[in-house]
Amino acid sequence: MTSLPKTTERRLGLVIDLDVCVGCQACVVNCKAWNSGGYGAPLADTEPWGNQPSGAWLNRVHSFEAGTGTDATVVHFPKSCLHCDDAPCVTVCPTGASIKRSEDGIVLVDESKCMGCGLCAWACPYGAREMDPSEGVMKKCTLCVDRIYNDNLPEEEQVPACVRTCPTHARHFGDFNDPTSTVSALSRERESVDLMPEQDTRPVNKYLLPTERKGAEYTEPDGFNLADLVEREPSGILAWVDRTLGQI
Amino acid sequence: MTAHEMNFSPSISDEIKKTTCYMCACRCGVDVHLRDGRIRYLQGNRDHPVNKGVLCAKGSAGMLHHESPARLQSPLKRVGERGAGTFKTISWNEAMELASGWLSETRKRDPKRLAFFTGRDQSQALTGWWAQQYGTPNHAAHGGFCSVNMAAAGIYSIGGSFWEFGQPDWERARMLLLFGVAEDHDSNPIKMGMSKMRSKGARIVSINPVRTGYSAIADSWFGITPGTDGIFILSIVGELIRSGKIDTEALRTRTNAGWLVRQGPDNQSGLFAKSEDGTPLILDAHDGKIKPFNSPGAVAMLGQDAELADGHLARTVFSLMVETYLTDEYRPESAAAITGVSAQRIRGLAADIARTAFEESFEIDTVWQDMAGNIHKTITGRPVAVHAMRGISAHANGFQTCRALHLLQMLIGAIDCPGGMRFKPPYPKPVEAHGRPGRPQQKGLPLTALPLGYPLGPEDLLVDDDGEALRLDKAFSWEAPLAGHGMLHSVIPNAADCDPYAIDVLFLFMANMAWNSSMNTPAAMRALTAKNEQGQYVIPHVIVADTFSSETVAYADLVLPDTSYFERYDCISLLDRPIGEPDLIADAIRYPVVETRGDVRPFQDVLIDLGSRIGLPGFTKDDGSPMWENYADYMVSREVRSGVGPLAGWRGPDGQASGRGSPNPQQLDQYIKAGGYWTEELPENSLYFKHVNAAYQDWAVEKGLFDQPQPYLLQLWSEPLRRFQLAALGHGPNQCPERFRARILDNFDPLPRWISLAGEDEKEFPLHAITQRPMAMYHSWGSHNPWLRQIHAENVLYVSKDVCEERGLTDGGWAWLQSRIGKVRVRIRIMHAMNTKTVWTWNAIGKRGGAWRLGKGAPENKNGFLLNHLIPDRCDNNEYANADPITGQAAWFDLKVQLHSAQPDESGTSPNFPELLEPPGLPSKPDTLLYGKDWVA
Repeated sequence: MTSLPKTTERRLGLVIDLDVCVGCQACVVNCKAWNSGGYGAPLADTEPWGNQPSGAWLNRVHSFEAGTGTDATVVHFPKSCLHCDDAPCVTVCPTGASIKRSEDGIVLVDESKCMGCGLCAWACPYGAREMDPSEGVMKKCTLCVDRIYNDNLPEEEQVPACVRTCPTHARHFGDFNDPTSTVSALSRERESVDLMPEQDTRPVNKYLLPTERKGAEYTEPDGFNLADLVEREPSGILAWVDRTLGQI
Repeated sequence: MTAHEMNFSPSISDEIKKTTCYMCACRCGVDVHLRDGRIRYLQGNRDHPVNKGVLCAKGSAGMLHHESPARLQSPLKRVGERGAGTFKTISWNEAMELASGWLSETRKRDPKRLAFFTGRDQSQALTGWWAQQYGTPNHAAHGGFCSVNMAAAGIYSIGGSFWEFGQPDWERARMLLLFGVAEDHDSNPIKMGMSKMRSKGARIVSINPVRTGYSAIADSWFGITPGTDGIFILSIVGELIRSGKIDTEALRTRTNAGWLVRQGPDNQSGLFAKSEDGTPLILDAHDGKIKPFNSPGAVAMLGQDAELADGHLARTVFSLMVETYLTDEYRPESAAAITGVSAQRIRGLAADIARTAFEESFEIDTVWQDMAGNIHKTITGRPVAVHAMRGISAHANGFQTCRALHLLQMLIGAIDCPGGMRFKPPYPKPVEAHGRPGRPQQKGLPLTALPLGYPLGPEDLLVDDDGEALRLDKAFSWEAPLAGHGMLHSVIPNAADCDPYAIDVLFLFMANMAWNSSMNTPAAMRALTAKNEQGQYVIPHVIVADTFSSETVAYADLVLPDTSYFERYDCISLLDRPIGEPDLIADAIRYPVVETRGDVRPFQDVLIDLGSRIGLPGFTKDDGSPMWENYADYMVSREVRSGVGPLAGWRGPDGQASGRGSPNPQQLDQYIKAGGYWTEELPENSLYFKHVNAAYQDWAVEKGLFDQPQPYLLQLWSEPLRRFQLAALGHGPNQCPERFRARILDNFDPLPRWISLAGEDEKEFPLHAITQRPMAMYHSWGSHNPWLRQIHAENVLYVSKDVCEERGLTDGGWAWLQSRIGKVRVRIRIMHAMNTKTVWTWNAIGKRGGAWRLGKGAPENKNGFLLNHLIPDRCDNNEYANADPITGQAAWFDLKVQLHSAQPDESGTSPNFPELLEPPGLPSKPDTLLYGKDWVA
C-alpha cells in the first residue's frame, strides 16, 4: 500500500470545457505521439496493421448521445487521469510504484517498481490507466511532466501536449491551489463539476458543462416579430424599398 | 530509479524543421521535431497563419504516414491481369522510358487520347499547365467530385466562395450559420473559430441532417432532410424581403439589385439592359433617367420598372427577386413540408438572422474609398457569418442552393464586411477575371488556355459543331456547362464506353478511383479491366502515381511511387489553393525535412521530367534540354506573367520584393528560414468590401494578383446562366442540342431556385443515405495509420429509432442497405440526433482486402463498408452522369436507399471483392509498434 500526501503544495491539473469540445481527437493523438517517445515505456500498439489494432493511450475521447428530437445532441467527453486528491489507484498499489507527488499533486507510476499487476487500473473508477502491452507496466497521464518541467523547452511550451494542440482550446492547465490561475478562475466562473463525485476520489481535474442550447423552442426573439414589419404585398415592398432612398 | 529521480528535462529533438502538413487539405504549419533523422514529434507552428499552433489528430500522427509499411518502394510494372495486383519491380529508368513512350506516341496520334486526372488538388497550377502544354483538354483534379458547386456558385455570384476564398469573421460575427459542413475542410481554423465565437457569446446554428462534431456544440440544430437546404434558405429570404429586413444600401451599392433586366425582345430577354459600351444600366433616383450603373453620383432605384430606348420594358433585379421569392412556393409552411423543419422554427431563424444583422450591427471607423471615388469614414458590420460544405455541394441542386445561400448573405449586406464572411486574397475576383476553358488546337500546339476555366456563355463551351462534348468527361459541354473543376467521376466510365471517344492513356495521380473516389465502385473496377473483342484492354495504358498501396494501384500497368509530404518540395501557391486570411496574403512551401524512404520520387519532379522527355513546350529549352531541373527549380524560376510566379514571397534579385519581382535563386532558403511560409498584411484601408474598394484593387495590382483593377458588383441575377437559357430557347449562334434544352431551361434560372430532387422511386427507396467525415481521418489515407485506425477501424450505419422500429432492426444487428444499383450489408447503430428520413455513416473507412497493407480480416475490410458501391454513377434514365446539371458536380449525397434486416445467419459486410495481392518490395510490418522506444530517456 502506498500512502497519499495529506496536502500538496500545488494542485496541478486540467479544466476540460465540454461546451467547445467537438470530439476531434487531436488531444488523444498528440498525447500519444508525445508520450510514446517520452517518459518510461512507449505506448505500444499491438497488431498495428492487423485485425485487432489495440494500444495503450493516456487520453481518450468518448462520445455519447443526450436528448431526443430537436434537442438531441452528441456530447464529446475527453477523459484522462484526473490526478485525484484521494487517488484509490495509489493506495491500492502493492509495490509503491503508484505515487501522488506532494509538490504538485501529479499522480505518477514509477515504472521501475511497477510489476504490472493492474490493481490500480481496477481501483480507478474512471478507467484512466492502461497497461503497456509490450513491457507490462502501467501507463497513465503524467500531465506531461517532461514538458511542464522541461528546461529544454521555452516557457510557453511548458504545458501538456493535449493543451498545446487542442484546436478548440477546450483544455486548460494550471494550479488549482492558486486562486488567480486560469483553471481556478474558469472553475469558479463556470461552476465546474467533479466527475463522479460519489466516488469520493476528489479529482483535481474539473469539467465545464455545455451551456444551455436552444432547441425546439427556436422561435422569433422577444420584441422582434417579423410579422410586424412593413408591407405584405410585392407592390408595397417595391414602393417601400425606394422610399428608403430618402434615408441615404 | 524513483519517481523523484526521473528525468523531467529530456532533450526532445536534435533539430526542429518547419514545414506544411498534408494529412488533409488544411495546410497547417507544423514543427517537425527530428531525432536521429526520424520524426520524434509533430506540433502546430504557433506563428503560422492557418493553425496558429494547434494541430489535429491527423497532423499529430503524420510520422506514421511517413513510416507506413503501405508505402510503395519502387516503380512497378504489371505482369498479370489488370486488377489482381501482380507486379514486378522495375528501375526508374525503365519506368520513365515506358511512360514517356506511351505519352509521346499518344501525343503524336491525338493529344486528347491522354486523360490526366489528379485526386487531391495540390500542385494544380503545375499539372494544369502540363496538360495544357501536352495539348489535352482531359485534365482536372478532384474538385468535380468534391465541391465545385461551392466554388462555382461563389465565383459566379460573389466572386469567391468559402474556405480558401473566404471565411467567417470569427472575431466579430455574432451568429454563424453552418450548412452541411463535413468536419475535415478547413478543420483547424473552423474549430478555433467556433471556440472563439462561443467564448464571446456568439451563436452557432447548424443546419445538417446529422448532429455530430461541429454541430454538437452549436446552440441550435436544424436536422434538415438532405437536398432541401435550397428551399429552407429561400423561405428565409422570402421572410426577410417580406418584412423589409434587408440592407437596401448594400443592395444598391454593392450588388446588381438595381440593374435593369430586359423583358424583350425574346433573344435578349433576361439579359441586362446595357449602354453602347456594354455597361449595365440603372434607373437613377435623382433624375429618373436610365444611365450606366457606374455613372458618377447615380443612385439606382430598386423597385421601379423602366422603358428602354428601344421601347422594351426593363425590370430591376430586385423587382424580379420580389416576384420570385414572395410566392407561396417559398413560404416557411411550404418549406416545412419538404425540409422536415417546422415553419415556426424557420421563421424563428429568419427573425434571429434579421435581428442579428440589423440590431447587433455596428460601425467601425476606417477611411476607405469606393470605386466611384467616394470617401467613407466608417463601415457597417453585419455580424452574420456563413460557412457551408458538402451538405450543400454534393447534391444535383447544389449549385443553385449555394447561390441561394450567397443571395441570403447579399440581402443582409454580410459579404466582405466586418462580422460577416470575409474574402481572403487573391479573392474576391469576378468570374470575368478567371480564364475560359482551354481549347485544343492543331496537333503539337498547347491548348489555348489552361484546361479548366469558367464559361460566360455557350460560346465558351468545349463542344463540336454538333454541340457534342470535346472532353472525355463531358465537362463544359451542354451536359455540364459550368464544370469549372472538371468531372473526375465521369472519366473512367466514359473511357470504358469510348464515349465520346476512346483514349490511349489514363494517368492518375493520388486518386483512389477504384475505391472511395468513385460513384458505383464496382462499375469503376469493371471499367478499368474492360476488354474489347480482340481481348485487349479498352483503356490500353493506365499509369498510377501514388505514395501508398491503395486499391487503385492494383489497376495500374505502371506505378510511379511518390514520396511522403516530408520528403519533397511543394508550394501552396496563390496561383492554386492559397492559405491567406482576410487581413493577410500568404503562401507556403514544403521541403524535404527527412531522407527519402525507398526508391521513390516526388510526383512533381517526375511530371517535369516527363514533360522534357516528351518535348513539351515550356518544359524543354530550344536545344532540347530540360527547362526545369526539378519542381524546386520550377517553383523558383517559372513566371506565369512577368514577375509573377508560384511563390509570392522574397521575389526580386535581393529578395526584397513581394508579389511581383524577378525570380530569386535564394527564395526557398528564405521560406525555410521564415518557417516555411510567407505572409504580408493588407493595408488598413483595403480590408473590407474588397470588390469595390479602390485601395484593395490598387494593392492587388501591385502584388500581381491582377494586372489591372477588377472591381465588380455582386451578382444576384446571373447573366451567364441566362445566356444558356436563351440558347436552350433557340437563340444565338451556339445552338443547344434538342435533347438538353428542357434540362438547361429548368436548371439555369438566373435567380437561384430550389429544384426538387425527388424521383419516381421515392416509395421503393424512401431514405436518404449520406456520409460524414470523421475528424480523425482524411479520405482513405488515415485508415492505415495505426493510431488513427484505432479510433475508426470500422463503420456502422446510424439509423433513427423510428426507422429501426418500422423495420424491426436492432442496435448492433446486421441489415441490408439497398439502392437501385446494389446493396451492402451493414451493422446498425441507433441514433437520435439525426433527421429521421436519413441514414448515415463515416466516409472512406471501408477497405478492400489486401490494400493499404492491412491484414486479412482487418476490421476495415470485414466490417467497414462504403456507400460508394450504392451511389449510381448515372441518372435514372442513364442519359447523364449523376451530377449537378450546371457544374457536373458528382451528386453523391443524392443517394436514396431502402433498409431491411439481414437474415440471422448473415453477418459481416458485403459485398467482398477478391483480395488484392500486395505489390512487391513493401517495407516490413512489425507485429507490435513501439514508436518512440528508441528515444526514451
